[in-house]
Amino acid sequence: MENRKRIAVLMGPPALFLLFLFVLPLAIMAVFTFRAGSFGAQREVFTLDNYREFLANPSYLRLLWRSTGIAFIVSALSVALAYPLAYFIAFRVGSRKVILLTILVIPAWTSYLLRILAWRLILGSNGVLNSILLALGLIDEATPILLYSMTAVTITLTYVWIPFVALPIFASLERINRSVLEAAADLGCAPWQAFLRITLPLSMPGVLGGFFFAFIPTLGEYVTPLLVGGAKGVMYGNLIQDQFLRGLNWPLGSIMSLAMLLVALVLMALFVRVVRVSDLVEG
Amino acid sequence: MRRGKLTSFNFWYFVLFTAALYLPILLLIVFSFNDAQALIFPLQGFTTRWYGEMVRSTELVGSVWHSIVMGVLSSLAATILGTMAAIGVVRYKFPGRGLFVAVAAMPLVIPYVVLAVAMLLLFSQLNIPLSLWTVGLGHVIINIPLVLLIVAARLIGMEKNLEEAAMDLGATYWSTLLRVTLPIAFPAMVAAFLTSFTTSFDEFALAFFLIGPEPTLPVYIYSQLRFPSRLPIVVTMASVIMVASVLMIVFSEYVRHWGSAPARSRSEGAP
Repeated sequence: MENRKRIAVLMGPPALFLLFLFVLPLAIMAVFTFRAGSFGAQREVFTLDNYREFLANPSYLRLLWRSTGIAFIVSALSVALAYPLAYFIAFRVGSRKVILLTILVIPAWTSYLLRILAWRLILGSNGVLNSILLALGLIDEATPILLYSMTAVTITLTYVWIPFVALPIFASLERINRSVLEAAADLGCAPWQAFLRITLPLSMPGVLGGFFFAFIPTLGEYVTPLLVGGAKGVMYGNLIQDQFLRGLNWPLGSIMSLAMLLVALVLMALFVRVVRVSDLVEG
Repeated sequence: MRRGKLTSFNFWYFVLFTAALYLPILLLIVFSFNDAQALIFPLQGFTTRWYGEMVRSTELVGSVWHSIVMGVLSSLAATILGTMAAIGVVRYKFPGRGLFVAVAAMPLVIPYVVLAVAMLLLFSQLNIPLSLWTVGLGHVIINIPLVLLIVAARLIGMEKNLEEAAMDLGATYWSTLLRVTLPIAFPAMVAAFLTSFTTSFDEFALAFFLIGPEPTLPVYIYSQLRFPSRLPIVVTMASVIMVASVLMIVFSEYVRHWGSAPARSRSEGAP
């Protein structure tokens, strides 16, 4: 039929592209978990040793759970801090919404590495924080407060994600029919009650969407820990990066990636039961 | 009265918070004019020499160029592939449609480090040397879902009758696609392209794994962070890029909302 030809022409190229450069690589990664040798060079070997090694070292999984926990904290903080911003733009601004939204988003589109660097300048010795504390006489000599800790990683990442998280929350607040809120007010509902029983539940798709916009990249994060985390702020992503770029144990690194992929997909599967991804696109 | 209080709380929260979001960025701009090599307080006086050194740094300028070329090419590829997929998915029902959307959207929910590892393994198995091209291919994969979502949202909002009318009047399917569907989808395609480009231009996690001898800008910046003497130039570059990004965001937001204005005012104007 005519339609089949059209579908083939339209869908063929993107489908093939995704098959060869997305599905195939993930499949190769799965195959690598059974290989041996530093680069997974021994093709003929099929072994479960890598899995044994992964499970025998409890620090690997412990770091995975810890990174998952940090991703939860960072995402929850970002949502809590971004919600009032989105609420303000959606309900209190009127015609200047696009301008304020743009102002909010601009920091998100400036170099990610350099925003992290900026936090190093703020938190480091002779940094902004130190200079202020010194000037106030609260400390006697410059020391890197907070820098090289998990707290520094958390602060920096929360800062990085807030604008991204505000966007889907804003989109879902925008979609709320204002007459419902007016009806609630007419029927004697107090503003806080209306917020808790109407606005908040109706904005949950955006809240969850924003949560995951922050959660997924934080889970895989390895750059921020390198720059502001130090030894105490290592995350699971650093472990993977080490196996590939330094340790050169590719089979073990593949297992580590696979474990992270599973965590991300399981949490996403739970999430998709609650919201449709298409609801998150503004428009 | 009550409403007024709430408004002002919200207002001040917004103002203070936005100021806090901009503070680290302003800090970088301040240091780009600071006449000292170390990025520490107190400031040492005003200078523009870092801007001069930046322009003369051929490696830095080269990496910016790499990022622009690779970003444009990969975003173009993502926009074309994503738009084709969006038209197919929105206009037709076919077996595997749900599976396709699920797979195409997956890069959104996979940490980049996992994708980077998988693609690194693919290229090493095929003996493809790492280069800007391999980074570009990775960026196409991460940008396809963005394009698909943005363009599909536009197509869903568009009346199918327009296409049907064109075909009833004797236009072939492909000329209808070219002369009706694509022009209507065009603002969304431009917005998708710009979103892809900004993502690609700033992307580090994936590029760090897939890059060859020629660095993209983020990879170059990262390599310079180890050398304190290079930091002022990097910070200066950052300031320039920030101003350029602001201009691009403003333009992209403008494009994104152009053409969808009537639909917006209709939903807001409801009594």
